[in-house]
Amino acid sequence: MSLDKEKIKHVAKLARISVDEAKVNSLTKDLNSIFKFIEQLNELNTDKVEPLTSILNQSLRSRKDEISDGKIREKILKNSPKENEEFFVVPKVVE
Amino acid sequence: MSKEKFDYFIKGEKGKYEVVIGLEVHAQVSSKSKLFSGSSTKFGADPNNQVSLIDSAFPGMLPVINEECVKQAVRTGLGLNAKINNYSVFDRKNYFYADLPQGYQISQYKNPIVGEGKVLLDMPYGSKEIGIERLHLEQDAGKSIHDMDPSNTYVDLNRSGIALMEIVSKPDLRSPDEVNAYIKKLRSIMRYLGTCDGNMQEGSLRADVNVSVRKEGDKNFGTRCEIKNVNSIKFMQMAIEYEATRQVELIENGKEIDQETRLFDTKKNETRSMRSKEDAHDYRYFPDPDLLPLKLEQKLIDDLKISLPELPDKKKERFIKEYGLNAYEANILVSEKEISDYYEEVAKLSDKKLAATWMMGDLFAMLNDKGLDISKSPISAKNFAELVQSIKTGEISGRIAKEVFEIMVESGDNPKKIIESKGMKQQSDPKELEKMINEILSKNKDKVDQYKAGKEKLFGFFVGQVMKLSGGKANPQLTNEILKKLLKG
Repeated sequence: MSLDKEKIKHVAKLARISVDEAKVNSLTKDLNSIFKFIEQLNELNTDKVEPLTSILNQSLRSRKDEISDGKIREKILKNSPKENEEFFVVPKVVE
Repeated sequence: MSKEKFDYFIKGEKGKYEVVIGLEVHAQVSSKSKLFSGSSTKFGADPNNQVSLIDSAFPGMLPVINEECVKQAVRTGLGLNAKINNYSVFDRKNYFYADLPQGYQISQYKNPIVGEGKVLLDMPYGSKEIGIERLHLEQDAGKSIHDMDPSNTYVDLNRSGIALMEIVSKPDLRSPDEVNAYIKKLRSIMRYLGTCDGNMQEGSLRADVNVSVRKEGDKNFGTRCEIKNVNSIKFMQMAIEYEATRQVELIENGKEIDQETRLFDTKKNETRSMRSKEDAHDYRYFPDPDLLPLKLEQKLIDDLKISLPELPDKKKERFIKEYGLNAYEANILVSEKEISDYYEEVAKLSDKKLAATWMMGDLFAMLNDKGLDISKSPISAKNFAELVQSIKTGEISGRIAKEVFEIMVESGDNPKKIIESKGMKQQSDPKELEKMINEILSKNKDKVDQYKAGKEKLFGFFVGQVMKLSGGKANPQLTNEILKKLLKG
């Protein structure tokens, strides 16, 4: 797999990372070499190997259906750049 | 019963077009707490008061799955006759939006908890099977409120993290009517199971609607558009109608249909493109590293299967067999669990067939009028059964029964008490009736002569007089018999 400049810009846009036009070339080069390194793994035949989901031999932990959290609005809203007493306030996003 | 033929096509100038519809229904799981946090799911709380650090995506927080939500998804899968997957995986679906604090939704992509199933619809043209592609568990997002401030959007995260079941149908639906029947059936099944309350006003059930069209008889699907987040059956139907017509017009004018996400504007009754969703399908799914795969023991699935309640299809069969109802009646009486419970209580105490007729007639009309659910009916099942029985035994006539019914609605009283205290009992004593009829006949000698001379229409007049004199209480059948006998003599 190789990445071109357009792909880099597209991924940056999806991730909401602003990329300086001047940096796109060097970024493309860097990322491509990283991919090349990773792609060495493709040389290995993994047809009969189950994907590894965790290095710990554990199963998914679950909890009972009980209300044990919430009612901490002040705390939650405290870190919001802008808020009123009840809501997070963000620039208008509307269709 | 003669069956109607399916006939829903969009007519263009160059022929008829079939509409192909698939639905992605988002059903809120009935649970006390959220899918991955212990916050409450209760509807209508103060903004941001049911939000934990997990729901608001504070750094370092780890999701822990709610075992009840898993069971609810399995129950729903079983209710949809679907394959339950012993192994499923939670993935991150990445996108940016103000009401999605994590920047991704935890969902299931490649390995959903429930696989293929099916739902049966009763249509006027026969029963139709709709395939279910899959059901998966995912988190709901928060709510954006756009109309409280001219330049800002307010975000309430109470809904953020509540468990949803996304139920994806195969593209088997062909008309707005089928969509209506499908949603109602899904809703009914989930309400029977207690896995989703199906309350569309509160947003517990919403759908993305995929619509495409093709020339009648065409085997290939056309290009589809997805209409996002429609929250009522009526709007779904309107959106489909509009969207299908739009697509046919494009095709007839030799234009291409863009595969895109659209929204339905309920004020203008039209769909339009959501430009902001251009990259919407670029979700870059990957397994959530915070969550291990979900493995279900077969025993858990088997136990849940055994404990399922009787579902509408089975109940319908039983109602037909046990209560002698026809398919139409059975269908209506099993549509809601509460209705079927009420009916069974009434049928146990009274005539089964007459009970069905009166329930579907006067009782439903009254509830509809008052905007009440059957669980809030002013007439208890026991009292209703007594009313039905009074009609059945001839104690009161159907006409008087309607009056008694009205009084029952107002007072909530027992029908026996009403009949007694108002002297509404039917006049069924043949001697009394005969006396009354003789009186009428002797007062109307001229009409009797005309009747005997062949003017048989006058029979109705005599019946009317008897009813008038008895205050509507004369037993109609007996009145007819005695009148006939006396008029002959």
